Amino acid sequence: MTPSQAVEQLRQRFGDAVNVPVLFRGETSVRVAREKIVEACRFLKWECGFDMLTDLAGVDNYGTEPRFEVVYHLYSMTNRCCLRVKVPVTEDDMTIDTVTGIWAAADWHEREAFDMFGLKFRGHPNLKRILMWDGYPYFPLRKEFPLAGMDAELRDPESGAGRVEVAPMLGGPFVPGQGSPSSILREPQQVDTIAEEQEKLAHPNKKESV
Amino acid sequence: MTRPDFIVTRLDAAIGWARKNACWPMPMGLACCAIELMAAGASRFDIARFGAEVMRFSPRQSDLMVVAGTCTYKMAGAVKRVWDQMPNPKWCIAMGACASSGGMYRSYAVVQGVDKFLPVDVYISGCPPRPEAFLDGLMAIQAKIATTGKLSSPIIVRGEYAPKLTS
Ligand code: SF4
Repeated sequence: MTPSQAVEQLRQRFGDAVNVPVLFRGETSVRVAREKIVEACRFLKWECGFDMLTDLAGVDNYGTEPRFEVVYHLYSMTNRCCLRVKVPVTEDDMTIDTVTGIWAAADWHEREAFDMFGLKFRGHPNLKRILMWDGYPYFPLRKEFPLAGMDAELRDPESGAGRVEVAPMLGGPFVPGQGSPSSILREPQQVDTIAEEQEKLAHPNKKESV
Repeated sequence: MTRPDFIVTRLDAAIGWARKNACWPMPMGLACCAIELMAAGASRFDIARFGAEVMRFSPRQSDLMVVAGTCTYKMAGAVKRVWDQMPNPKWCIAMGACASSGGMYRSYAVVQGVDKFLPVDVYISGCPPRPEAFLDGLMAIQAKIATTGKLSSPIIVRGEYAPKLTS
């Protein structure tokens, strides 16, 4: 069974809850309504042969509505093909049913999505943080969360290891200068190099002092 | 003529000499740098030439902590605890860019240098440093041990002087 045939069957079975599949570079993606995700997954596993969950991830489409998405990457060992299932999740109600009962592999992936985005998987056997520590107050992969991090208490403050500090970004490897005619300025740089280069741009004819 | 069966030296010098040639590392291998640390311990680079081949996985028996790798905030408490469990006198090497400064991880999850909570004696640059660079750092530590480990000086309990994080 090819992915498009599987989606065809899915649409016959679930009707409006399944959108028209999108084919992009040979990969089939289909959007499924949140209420139907467990049934749809069960159908895909037992009727269509998608016996392996290779990945499950959250996505934050900041600025669009619905804001979040849960993406399931399925693989069929018998038919040797992949299918991507996407489920939109709104910001006001971030619950979605767990698929751990169908693929045990979903367990840690769902914990990761919970840890990074705050998606709550209803019925998950052990929904707690997996990468950050228990008690961490933020969801770091949400778009409004700064890469540099935010002030927070560590899990074991009594160890004397201090607390989370905001990482210095300027002069770091991830802060390119944008829109400058000088390629040096567009590179991530130390602060003094930036000043030097701006000086050169402002006075292009000035000779460098020896 | 028989050779004399005694030597005259200062106690500090003798103890410093003994300590520097029997530095038992606590391999705090946290990421890719640990692979280079292992290479330094293997036959080609042979850390045994410096008397430091006894990698102790128990903090109670080691006196040189080598933080080799990316220290995340989640791990920081454990690293600090292991350091606190090591008996004095003890020394610390920050191996690689990550341990020294956070390296390329300017991010919410990574401590921007283990010197935020450990008293680091030697920083080794590189991502990762080659085993030679690590051995060079080890020799720097040995020089420091030989010259600063005075019985009479408070340097012996220097672990107590770990900087506290501000804020
Ligand atoms: S310094 Fe480089 S090699 Fe070492 S732990 Fe960091 S990323 Fe890995």
